[in-house]
Amino acid sequence: MRLQGKGLINRSRKVRFSFDGRSYEGFEGDTLASALLANGVKLMARSFKYHRPRGVLTAGSEEPNALVTVGKGGSQDPNMRATVQEIYEGLEAVSQNRWPSLDFDVMGVNDLGAPFLGAGFYYKTFMWPKAFWEKLYEPVIRRAAGLGAISGDPISDKYERGFAHCDVLVIGSGPSGLMAALTAAEAGADVILAEEDSALGGRLLSESGEIDGTPARDWAEAIVGRLDAMDNVRIMTRTSVTGAYDGGTYGALERVAHHRPLAKGLPKECFWKIAAKRAVLAAGALERPVAFQNNDRPGVMMASAVRAYVNRWNVAPGQAVALFGNNDSIHDVAADLLAAGVHVAALIDSRADARCALDVPFYAGAQACGTEGRKALEAVSIARPSGIEKVQADCLGMSGGWNPTLHLTCHMNGRPEWNEAIAAFVPKVGMVPGLIAAGACNGVFSTAACLGEGVGAAQAACEALGLKAKVPQMPRAEDRPYNIAPLWAVAGKGRAWLDFQNDVTVKDVKQAAVENFRSVEHMKRYTTQGMATDQGKNSNVQALAVLADATGRGIPETGTTTYRPPFTPVAIAAMAAGAADKGFAPERFTTSHRLTVAANAPMIEAGLWYRPSYFPAKGETTWRQSCDREVGYVRNAVGVCDVSTLGKIDIKGKDAGAFLDFVYTNMFSTLKVGRVRYGLMLREDGHVMDDGTTARLAEDHFVMTTTTAAAGEVMKHMEFVSQGLRPDLDVRFASVTEHWAQFAVAGPKARELLNGLLDAPIEGESWPFMACGNVKVAGVSGRLFRISFSGEHAYEVAVPARYGESLFGELRKRAEKLGGGAYGMEALNVLRIEKGFITHGEIHGRVTAFDIGMQGMMSKKKDFIGKAAAMRPGLLDEDREMMVGLKPVGVVKQLTAGAHLYNEGAEPVRKNNQGYLTSVAFSPTMETFLGLGFLRGGRARHGEIVQMVDHVRGISTTCEVCHPVFLDPEGERSRD
Amino acid sequence: MRIACPLCGERDSREFSYKGHALALERPSEDAGFGAWDDYLHNRENPAGWTRELWFHDFGCGSWLVAERNTVTHEFGKVELAENVKEAMA
Amino acid sequence: MTELKALSPAAGLLPLEIGGAALREDEMRQLTLVAPFKGKEAALAKALEAAHGLRWPEAGETSVSGAVRLVWFGRGAALLMGGEASSKLAPYAALTDQSDAWSCLVLEGAGARDVLARLTPLDMRDVAFPMGATARTEVFHMACSITRLAAESWQIMGFRSMAKTLVHDLQVAMEGVAARAS
Repeated sequence: MRLQGKGLINRSRKVRFSFDGRSYEGFEGDTLASALLANGVKLMARSFKYHRPRGVLTAGSEEPNALVTVGKGGSQDPNMRATVQEIYEGLEAVSQNRWPSLDFDVMGVNDLGAPFLGAGFYYKTFMWPKAFWEKLYEPVIRRAAGLGAISGDPISDKYERGFAHCDVLVIGSGPSGLMAALTAAEAGADVILAEEDSALGGRLLSESGEIDGTPARDWAEAIVGRLDAMDNVRIMTRTSVTGAYDGGTYGALERVAHHRPLAKGLPKECFWKIAAKRAVLAAGALERPVAFQNNDRPGVMMASAVRAYVNRWNVAPGQAVALFGNNDSIHDVAADLLAAGVHVAALIDSRADARCALDVPFYAGAQACGTEGRKALEAVSIARPSGIEKVQADCLGMSGGWNPTLHLTCHMNGRPEWNEAIAAFVPKVGMVPGLIAAGACNGVFSTAACLGEGVGAAQAACEALGLKAKVPQMPRAEDRPYNIAPLWAVAGKGRAWLDFQNDVTVKDVKQAAVENFRSVEHMKRYTTQGMATDQGKNSNVQALAVLADATGRGIPETGTTTYRPPFTPVAIAAMAAGAADKGFAPERFTTSHRLTVAANAPMIEAGLWYRPSYFPAKGETTWRQSCDREVGYVRNAVGVCDVSTLGKIDIKGKDAGAFLDFVYTNMFSTLKVGRVRYGLMLREDGHVMDDGTTARLAEDHFVMTTTTAAAGEVMKHMEFVSQGLRPDLDVRFASVTEHWAQFAVAGPKARELLNGLLDAPIEGESWPFMACGNVKVAGVSGRLFRISFSGEHAYEVAVPARYGESLFGELRKRAEKLGGGAYGMEALNVLRIEKGFITHGEIHGRVTAFDIGMQGMMSKKKDFIGKAAAMRPGLLDEDREMMVGLKPVGVVKQLTAGAHLYNEGAEPVRKNNQGYLTSVAFSPTMETFLGLGFLRGGRARHGEIVQMVDHVRGISTTCEVCHPVFLDPEGERSRD
Repeated sequence: MRIACPLCGERDSREFSYKGHALALERPSEDAGFGAWDDYLHNRENPAGWTRELWFHDFGCGSWLVAERNTVTHEFGKVELAENVKEAMA
Repeated sequence: MTELKALSPAAGLLPLEIGGAALREDEMRQLTLVAPFKGKEAALAKALEAAHGLRWPEAGETSVSGAVRLVWFGRGAALLMGGEASSKLAPYAALTDQSDAWSCLVLEGAGARDVLARLTPLDMRDVAFPMGATARTEVFHMACSITRLAAESWQIMGFRSMAKTLVHDLQVAMEGVAARAS
């Protein structure tokens, strides 16, 4: 029911929304919870396990009960807290975990079975037979118990991430936070004020006190106005700081569009990473429930929530409100209810010495001990020394005291300490370096003290930053002592709820203790208390107090479970913000990409690069047809292939040669200018890292090529060698991978093709095999290398990337005129396998130079990276798996990569494994499958017959072991 | 986590990659023997507390760094250019 | 006679104007990476001064002389932009042509800084990144160079091959910032 009064709702702006398909009206400024209560809707959810009817418990982000689903399909958000969800025109929310409806839930039958469904029930009951757990029990239980569900559709919303930086991050905007932000900002600090709520002011928005003689809410508004006007203050509302991390880094979730319809480009949420030199935690405190029989009826809520609904949203959560608690808070709430004209049915104070100044039915030294009503509260039973009395009430506000919201202080392994005086845990100083807790989250509850703590924390933060914070005129405010008598659970029969979200009762926790789950961590896992979206914010302290009692220990000895980020739930989509689809990783395109795609070439990913698989010609129906044709281009005419993806590093300086000698196994300082040499690079552990060619363009200038896959790794390695091992060498390098577009031109007609484009054509043997130099390509300065990865007479020609597309088009056109054309990765692979050239298929990280037959390339004349380790006897063992060639010689002609090798007649089991295949191809040149692989002692076994078995594909082939170079072993074609 | 690069200033740790203990700068000579090489390649202390380790500022300036870090608190101490550390060792 | 046609890295992708931010591709300039040889830093600085009127930039700085800029580009290197490197520098530094290696974008407007805050962990506040400041940092998943050209103008350089992704990521961020403002 809506009350008169000046809450934070805009009565001139009506908002229509729906809940479970029914249309309602609220006001701008309402949350879903406040609007539903205003419409008299108390039943908002069914509980997790027993499907008990539940209403709203709180008015904040800690809400355990009133979880709803908002949106549909790819935009569906389960478990949205009705207390956080603001209403907007057209909002559609539905309740969860019920069937067929919230009002009539078939699974409510679980509640009748409650005596059997207590803690540990599942563990004990569904043990046997084992296979039934996964196939039968778990799916059934999951359907019966649970929270909201995702739609299963791909997400259609946009999520964003952001980075922010500040001197002082103030978390929370209650009295402490506002004073901290103001003090720090006036001292000149860059301040970020992060507030989880949609409005600033914290508890001041829900209370009725005064500060400096004006209503506290007005005072807050004035401070916010001052902050807003300062350039060095950034106010972030609807932003929950969810985690404290190393080095002053904080995670924060901003709800950008949960309170409005989504518009194009608008992110639903933004996950901020905030780097703060200092932080002030002013997160306030959370009121805790008291456990008593049937304390979970819709209508039973926190006293502070009652107060918030009345004062902030002008909603009476009931016609007759009872209040029950163990501290002074309930008296304040009662006063506000009276002021708002709401009937207070009973004020039940468990403290025997409590006094009441209000004109309400007052019960001192009494406890609420039961409730009536199924889908809504109807009556409350009060246990007094004289007996049990029943009062009619449709709302009960309870207060078991206040827990400082200290979660963030514990995110870096800190444990809070127990403060007996306030019966709560409080943070210890310095648990998160650079973060100071102030006000209620520090266990200080009066408004005046909170204002002071905010100032003090900001001063300390400023001082640490070398800023001088002025001592402000302290505002006048309420400064009453906090008076509490601990009360965790009211004695009595029946189910007294501790954890509303997980349906955990006092009995469950006691049961855990009986079964020797005495550690608080064990109790949590056994009962599930403290799990799911509220992470026990409403139940942890009471549960561990009950556990402490049941185990005969004190609360400090029992301790708390570990607080971990996030403070409030964060959607995975928010953490992965922007990283889906095109945002997953950068796409790298070669300069020939556009023409290649236009030629209908299917593209494959090579690391981040996209490269053509093959270029289909008219009439071809399989990739093999295209591939075979392209291989033919290179073997018989001329083929063109974009090889720009290979890493290219310019290496300069007087010690460039010496440096290369150190990173390569073979010598490069002796390489003549104008020549290219193949080089092999090891890791320091003696295994092959990468290979490639390096050309010497001038005395002090080399250009190295790396494989596409290892380009980044090699660059990083070279930086390490240069900076960390050999800073004495005068050498500088720069990646030029991106600067040069480079194309392989391979085949008997390669020279003929190039000569049509080079300003100075190659004459005779002026560019012998492994020659290199600068050239002009159609007037453009480029580089030419006579190198071959196909075994044919071949070149690689490089021009600045801006000309790449144009040159590729030109090369392809000219190649086609010569009976050739462009070739893709499939053909490239066949060509290199025919020649026994390795790729990372072979040098996969576990092989040595010895294994691939390149032990001769390990120079004895110098030290090099990996030399000492490569010389270890085990890495030179003649029984190691060595690279070999394999040809099918039996009935089955197919070879498959990844298949294993066995001796003829040996059972194909692991202990008989002799090796494996790394690369296979059908060679159109030799009209057979060819394979490269590794075989125990393989170099001495050429001519032997072995069995290839592919257990996955079910293929078995008899193979002959041979030399890995199948074609032109003398290399005559490339030298022609 | 934030790392103070001597060249770039304090940066988010996402810009860096990690490569074990700074011992990697102390490369034995070619003929130091298998024992010395085994220690260099494989054997590392695993201290609960301060250690010196190598970080690479990949997304930043491309410097290899030697950083002091407390493995218990993740606090960083002195961060130096590996080049300078190595040169000082000579 | 064959003539090779030149294409810029972000050809066909830009300009874009979304909300309070505009993104365009800068003209293709001569880019030379200048990396002083060991012990030649002082001699190089002198030669730079003489040949180009440019001061060697400290880490994070840009040095400007007319249309030519020298932008710090990482450890022991700076990028000479907008002019051919004098051959007088060659004895003191490795000079590497990078003219085609980078896509050079300019993001400007009142919303530009907010756009960048979606993409880079770099501290972009005035106090940390004033006019002329430059940094090597991450832009979404890419290693980039960011330089502040003016109060509301930033140059963003990324690998040429990733130009399309860089534009994509910037566009998504621009749309997000613009949508919030509406």
